[in-house]
Amino acid sequence: MASDKRAGRDRVVTLSPDRVTGLTASLALVLAPHAARIPLWMAILAAAAMILRTWLAWRGQRLPRTWMLAVLTLFAALGTWMSYGVIFGRDAAVALLILMLCLKLMEMRDTRDAMVLVFLAYFTVITNFLYSQSIPMGAYLLGCVWTITANLLATQRAGRPRVTGLLRESAVLLAQAAPLMLVLFLLFPRVQGPLWALPQAGAGGLSGLSDAMSPGSLSSLSLSDAVAFRVELGANPPKADTLYWRGPVLWDFDGRTWRAPGNDLVGQAELEIGGTPIRQTITLEAHDMRWLFALDVPGGAPTSSYLTLDLQLRAARPVRERMRYEVTSFPSYRLARYEVPGLLERALHLPPSFNPRSRQLAESWREEGLAPEQLVQRALAMFREQPFVYTLTPPVAAGHAVDDFLFVTRRGFCEHYAAAFAFLMRAAGVPTRIVTGYQGGTLNPVGKYLVVRQSDAHAWAEVWVEGRGWIRVDPTAAVSPLRIERGAAAALPGVGAVPLLGRVDNDWIKDLRFAMDMVANGWNQWVLDYSPERQMNMMSRFAGGHVSWRGISTALVAATGIIVAILALIALRRTRSAPADPAWLLWQAFSLKLAKHGVARALNEGPQAFAIRASAALPGHANAIRAIAALYARLRYEAHSGPEDLANLERAIRSLRLD
Amino acid sequence: MNPDIQSVLAAIDGIVLGKPREVRLTLACVLARGHLLIEDVPGVGKTTLAHAFARVLGLAFHRIQFTSDLLPADIIGVSVYDREQGRFDFHPGPVFSQVVLADEVNRATPKAQSALLEAMEEQQVTVDGQTRALPAPFFVIATQNPSNQVGTYPLPESQLDRFLMRIHLGYPDAKAERALLGGETRRSLIEATTPVLDTARLLTLQTAARAVHAAPALLDYVQALLTHSRQSPAFGSGLSPRAGLSLLAAARAWALIEGRNAVLPEDIQAVLPGVAGHRLTPPDGAVSGGDTLVRRLVDDVAVP
Repeated sequence: MASDKRAGRDRVVTLSPDRVTGLTASLALVLAPHAARIPLWMAILAAAAMILRTWLAWRGQRLPRTWMLAVLTLFAALGTWMSYGVIFGRDAAVALLILMLCLKLMEMRDTRDAMVLVFLAYFTVITNFLYSQSIPMGAYLLGCVWTITANLLATQRAGRPRVTGLLRESAVLLAQAAPLMLVLFLLFPRVQGPLWALPQAGAGGLSGLSDAMSPGSLSSLSLSDAVAFRVELGANPPKADTLYWRGPVLWDFDGRTWRAPGNDLVGQAELEIGGTPIRQTITLEAHDMRWLFALDVPGGAPTSSYLTLDLQLRAARPVRERMRYEVTSFPSYRLARYEVPGLLERALHLPPSFNPRSRQLAESWREEGLAPEQLVQRALAMFREQPFVYTLTPPVAAGHAVDDFLFVTRRGFCEHYAAAFAFLMRAAGVPTRIVTGYQGGTLNPVGKYLVVRQSDAHAWAEVWVEGRGWIRVDPTAAVSPLRIERGAAAALPGVGAVPLLGRVDNDWIKDLRFAMDMVANGWNQWVLDYSPERQMNMMSRFAGGHVSWRGISTALVAATGIIVAILALIALRRTRSAPADPAWLLWQAFSLKLAKHGVARALNEGPQAFAIRASAALPGHANAIRAIAALYARLRYEAHSGPEDLANLERAIRSLRLD
Repeated sequence: MNPDIQSVLAAIDGIVLGKPREVRLTLACVLARGHLLIEDVPGVGKTTLAHAFARVLGLAFHRIQFTSDLLPADIIGVSVYDREQGRFDFHPGPVFSQVVLADEVNRATPKAQSALLEAMEEQQVTVDGQTRALPAPFFVIATQNPSNQVGTYPLPESQLDRFLMRIHLGYPDAKAERALLGGETRRSLIEATTPVLDTARLLTLQTAARAVHAAPALLDYVQALLTHSRQSPAFGSGLSPRAGLSLLAAARAWALIEGRNAVLPEDIQAVLPGVAGHRLTPPDGAVSGGDTLVRRLVDDVAVP
């Protein structure tokens, strides 16, 4: 008895080393993308567990005892807590799942455990999508599902099935599932918002503009190839040097950093617009901030967003998922000719005791009695005429950043020029603010849309002139006109720091890059952002009229049924590839006839056994039934039978009247 | 039905009471040139069955009681030095017979067991480098106690495969038991019985069994059974090709006994418990008997 109990607690390992290895390898593939995201000690522990389990399998050693596993489990939970501070939430939960999965390997003994692990592996595949939903990741995880399914098949096979055979069968299964997957994707009622947007999956790792600008903040951004947004412009896109994508407006300077106001400047901007309106459809990548971008200046706000007094487009909530909106901008405008006096004062404020030399210079200009426009020209002329250099890698500024830049280094990126210009203007008594955003963009000739990347980040200034309102002044254009006309890459030839993709001149690489971006854009638009509205629109277009949810559901059921039926027919045809024996067909007809009278032939019943049972059940027809069974047995199983037997069988079955 | 078979069955049914199905399976085994393993508790008539068959078929009979100290030489024989002639003389062992009853084969050591099993397989024995053929119809009935009894060496699965069939005898029903208790002793009955066949006629019957027709539709059925036993997770290891051949041979003999010249699916189903019961193993970890597995196999596979 005692030994029985022991055996129950510590079951024998019956899984073959092949299966253990296959399953562990598959699991390693699934967990590989996580390896860089979890702490190093966890990655090492997980890898060690997998190697150890495989080694134990091949050596035929016993698995660790239950109490050891319990202690390890406790340590894993504790370690997760120490590393993350919590044991729930996306990152910590995924890390804990990985650890538990690897510990589960240690008690994988029989087919049942293997099944559990297979399904956990499927689940873990999904956790990868919490971090990345790109096409390569999708393809990789599809490969993972392929190998896991092969493992699942292996649990259903006796002996040592060949790996290639399992993989082939698994591929066939996935291929058969593909049409169903497509139908379910297209027709299954969608939930609002992307499936993967967890509350925690926000800010981390997203790059983009912030609401503050200090020397170096934009130039670090311009190293990034990441897409900020994509724009579909109408038939006549504006010229590149007018493409100023307006973002956060910075008012407050503390001597080093320019900041946007803590609270939105709420109010209706006083705006006179003119020129040809430019309609834009913008697909904005998630950046976890509330502003949206539009060409300078937007004439109105898209739904669920608003325009502030300084013409920033603000969304109601931080943009945590890719969003698509339409906005119309106007190239010529007059903004706030009668600006609120308080704001003008704010646009003049400078912290005292910073940058004395610059202040002195500005004051000397003011003493000359120049008008605001002349002051602007004076400053731009200084940038143009003195040896200022536009560079991505300016020297690090010391305490008086503007002084340092204007009089010592004279090397800077757009934020240096914009900040120095704004400082000079304020010191000279001209209300000035800094506008950040993007400038330019790359036209994708394949997809006919504009891609704006983080490397297009830009900063410029706006000065307020009485009677004309806020006017855009871009000091960078004075230093490096190329930057504005042709983008940062053209303005900075041969500089190693510009992102790889920004530098290429090779045509086919450029084409390839455009094609890749178009595929990525299509994936975003049609797969990841396949929203309920989009689904409804597409179905309506397909059906040529309005469709209801009930209609979509019916279509879903019908399409699923049709696909399953087609697959079943193909499978059936394959098993029946040999032409059916006419005697067998007659026998089926006979069986059907009897089944209608309550004597159904079991599938494993031979002719004689069935004849005996049927004639007992229908004694009035015993002779006929026996004769038919004997004829069939002769036709189908004996060496010599002629066509007259077949005719006899047919006649006998036809003349059998059971009623 | 073949008159020879009819009279053989009638004669044996008169001695082995109330076991017509087992008697027919045994005869099928003889006709298919296979060997038989009977697994049952002592005293249910295993020896009587073997003895009756030898007598009625007109064959020479030997019985070997397997014990734990049995040596291979006790089975196949030994060479003894003849001082007067100045040479070795081979004294054939009990295996040189036409019907051999190997009683309680699982009591002997594996070494002794394999001596018998090799003789069964090869139809010959080799002693002192000289190969000696065994007599022509050569039929071994081995009996085995259920292996959970103390002091046994159960035959390994690879050895079990050498037996065409494994059957159980079981207790007789009430009527047969009464007849058994009221009648003469079995031994005297056997002695009073005259042989129905002789060696030549038995060989003819064996040839006839081989000639029974197996149609493509029937081979489809056999293949379906084999494939299912290999692919379904309900079975550990599936049936081997040798098992498939054995199944067909046994079914042919069964069809001959039933008086047919072609094999029907029913013949396959009739011999399947005997042929496959000791060859099917349950999947990893599961515990189920061979008979349950065979029933499951028959239920799961449709007759094509």
